[in-house]
Amino acid sequence: MKRQVFFQDCRRRSRLAFFAAPAAACLVASCRPAGVLDPQGPVASAERLILLNATGIMLVVVLPVIALTLIFAWWYRASNKRAVYWPDWSYSGDIELVVWSIPAMVVILLAGVAWTGSHQLDPAQKLEANAKPIRIEVVSLDWKWLFIYPDLEIATVNQLVVPTGVPVEFLLTSATVMNSFFVPQLGSQIYTMPGMTTRLNLLAERPGDYPGLSANFSGDGFSDMRFLVRVVPDSEFASWRARATDEGAVLNAAAYSLLARTPVNTPMQTYRSVDPNLFERIVQQNTAAEPTASPPKSEN
Amino acid sequence: MLGKLSWDAIPFGQPIPMAASLLIVVGMLAVLSLVTRKGWWPYLWREWLTSVDHKRIGVMYVLLALVLLLRGFMDAIMMRSQLAIAAGGAQGYLPPEHYDQIFSAHGTIMIFFMAMPFMVGLMNFVVPLQLGVRDVAFPVLNAISFWLTASGALLVNISLVVGEFARTGWLAYPPLSELQFSPGVGVDYYLWALQISGIGTLLAGINMVTTILKLRAPGMGYMRMPVFCWTALCSSMLIVASFPVLTATFGMLLLDRYVGMHFFTNDGGGNFMMYINLIWIWGHPEVYILALPAFGVFSEVIATFSGKPLFGYRSMVMATLAICVLSFLVWLHHFFTMGAGADVNAIFGIASMIIAIPTGVKLFNWLFTLYRGRIRFEVPVLWAIGFMVTFAIGGMTGVLQAVPPADFVLHNSLFLVAHFHNVIIGSVVFGAMAGYYYWFPKAFGFTLDRRLGVVSFWCWLIGFYLAFMPLYAVGLLGMTRRMQHYADVSWQPYLIVAEVGAVVILCGIIATIAQLVVSIRTRESRRDRTGDPWNGRTLEWSTSSPPPAYNFAMLPQVDSLDAFWAMKQRGPAVPAERYESIETPRNSANGFVTAFFAVVTGFAMIWHIWWLAVLGLICAALTLLVYGWVERVEQEVSGEQLANDERVRLRPMDSA
Repeated sequence: MKRQVFFQDCRRRSRLAFFAAPAAACLVASCRPAGVLDPQGPVASAERLILLNATGIMLVVVLPVIALTLIFAWWYRASNKRAVYWPDWSYSGDIELVVWSIPAMVVILLAGVAWTGSHQLDPAQKLEANAKPIRIEVVSLDWKWLFIYPDLEIATVNQLVVPTGVPVEFLLTSATVMNSFFVPQLGSQIYTMPGMTTRLNLLAERPGDYPGLSANFSGDGFSDMRFLVRVVPDSEFASWRARATDEGAVLNAAAYSLLARTPVNTPMQTYRSVDPNLFERIVQQNTAAEPTASPPKSEN
Repeated sequence: MLGKLSWDAIPFGQPIPMAASLLIVVGMLAVLSLVTRKGWWPYLWREWLTSVDHKRIGVMYVLLALVLLLRGFMDAIMMRSQLAIAAGGAQGYLPPEHYDQIFSAHGTIMIFFMAMPFMVGLMNFVVPLQLGVRDVAFPVLNAISFWLTASGALLVNISLVVGEFARTGWLAYPPLSELQFSPGVGVDYYLWALQISGIGTLLAGINMVTTILKLRAPGMGYMRMPVFCWTALCSSMLIVASFPVLTATFGMLLLDRYVGMHFFTNDGGGNFMMYINLIWIWGHPEVYILALPAFGVFSEVIATFSGKPLFGYRSMVMATLAICVLSFLVWLHHFFTMGAGADVNAIFGIASMIIAIPTGVKLFNWLFTLYRGRIRFEVPVLWAIGFMVTFAIGGMTGVLQAVPPADFVLHNSLFLVAHFHNVIIGSVVFGAMAGYYYWFPKAFGFTLDRRLGVVSFWCWLIGFYLAFMPLYAVGLLGMTRRMQHYADVSWQPYLIVAEVGAVVILCGIIATIAQLVVSIRTRESRRDRTGDPWNGRTLEWSTSSPPPAYNFAMLPQVDSLDAFWAMKQRGPAVPAERYESIETPRNSANGFVTAFFAVVTGFAMIWHIWWLAVLGLICAALTLLVYGWVERVEQEVSGEQLANDERVRLRPMDSA
């Protein structure tokens, strides 16, 4: 009801429409919360808290500075005869002390936040939970994501299925160029780099479907490097796993080679009988299936 | 014979690149034919192309920046239009292979060929005048620097017509930019354009540092230099320290691409993390190379139009020096998400925050310069106030991302894109526009149209907020940068608003062009005969507008900060009894000719035309060598001539 009134109000005063556009955009978007302000796990929640705290600490200084800028500029305009004019004033030790101290104190506060936050939220640090963690190996390919469940000997493409409330230990690499593995609602992103591994620990608290994507440009098919994170209850995860083990295609060297060479729009799929050393061989770059370096040729 | 070059290099089959190519070719031909028809070549050659006068070179730098602002902005508005429509299943009108070139070219052009030449141009024009000297330390080298920068800009624009540009982003991270993943000529265009212009920038930096350290008017100690000179000094020291890193880094990538080495490749023991470290060891100081001179402009503008000396001059100098040093200690904050570990991330995060202290001090000092001032709301002040508000917001979102855990969710998102546009447009572009309006009457002897200046400011300011505030929001929703299309339709409204903002900025750019045209047409009525249209405080306002080639008939004697203000307090200037004759540098075609051969060499290397590359390199080297045998590099201006000039210049003041 309130929203309707707001929009009618805007229509009546057409000049306001100009400014209403961003506001309307916010309203439209608020129907579908997503992103880093809608955390679905402890890492993302902690990061949102840091984001808001740090912003709050800084606004305490930034808002008065903006206000003072506008007030001083307005009051000390040349046409204001009531304003005091000190044509030679250029130094005050007291003010100097204050203007160095204020940003310094803000930075000391924020430095504390940064130091503790960096250590508590180090992506490589394992999360504490009652459930036994699940290991997942992530490989970025041109232009798709391969997720290997080494303990379950299954793998998926562009779809990551994890049980609710279970810590996930990711080990990540890239079979081509650098990408960044990012699920905004679960928190921290981390680079995937060829010939190297990075570690990331996340946990999803509530069942649901969350979008994931690459956050580092990797070539022409980059925009389609999306994946879906399906967070499901334990029982559903068990049945999904059983289905994958029964029905999925076999991921051997040939199948991997084919997958690596299909550049874009790979559908979500699952694999079974995954070679337990596949990830390690991708990191070592000695898979027979290593992508044969044939990005689409320049079209000019 | 022609290496990889063939007719296939010209994009006949693709309408958008072809149209853009035609536009550029037709535009250039139109300009060339106009110059030929009007018979302007001798004038252009004598007064501009071969000029070694720091003021002319400064003007040409700024002109180059303004032209490339148009090119870079065309890229920007194409990107915004693409993203405003490419939601859900839609692919927009730009395919990825074209869109990727556009965002790479946009970043490369805006940083290297818009912001850099604008700032270097302002420094070139203003610093010798503010120091009260007759030219920079090495005038011919100065011309070479400018023309090498222009060569790089030319190569980037040639890529539009012949071949393609890089599709790797503006920093061309390997392994994507290695031959294995980018086999085309795009990355080579990027690398050679930046290698050539980078040498020009390095030479300009050396020149500026030498000028400020060794050439100052008698009595001008370091603590009597205007703040703009301090920021120019720090910026130039950063250039001298960081550009060799860039050249070496690009050099290694070129070796990888041309002779099969393995510095940054996936195989053969290469490691691209080294490239990312090195490029940011250049890249973060680069941010301050651009921002510091802009801070200097605002310091001059705010003090002048408040009718007061700058508040806390010593603090300002200390803050500038602190930023200069600290900017080298924070590069790792560009890749917290590489998995370096908590200690490393935290230390670099805190180091980055510490830069906010001197920067914050600057903001407060400007604030207290306004305090108890008598502020005249000329156009540069509008830019300065707009800057202070905008930069406070941009600085805040920057410090936010210096907190590593916050960066883990904001890195490479549109929040980041919004942040760096917020600080670069908010400080560098606003500063450039303020400086352009402020010093224009000094360069040309007439003021710019005020009304169109105000229109331009408001369009830029409103356009900026409309274009980039939605990007902060959509970044928080999880949208990452460099996407050519996206699935989540809830992002689209934000991107449509951003497109509207870009159009408003376009209006601001049009207003700036209109302002120039209108002002030139009505120049007779807007002549500044005093040389001091703003009641200025520093020495550039003590000479005529435009200043004579030698700047000052007699070097000014400086005995305080704000030297010209002090002189004005003592009474009107009078011609001296007698003038010593002086020597000024003669014109030299050296810069122009060297740069011509640099373009030839760069183009030949890009297309693997080896014989031409060798030939171009030999000719460029010979051009430089020949200069060594030129004996008459200076000409004399007689004392009588100077006395005469001064009598003419000071007459209106006598009668006033």
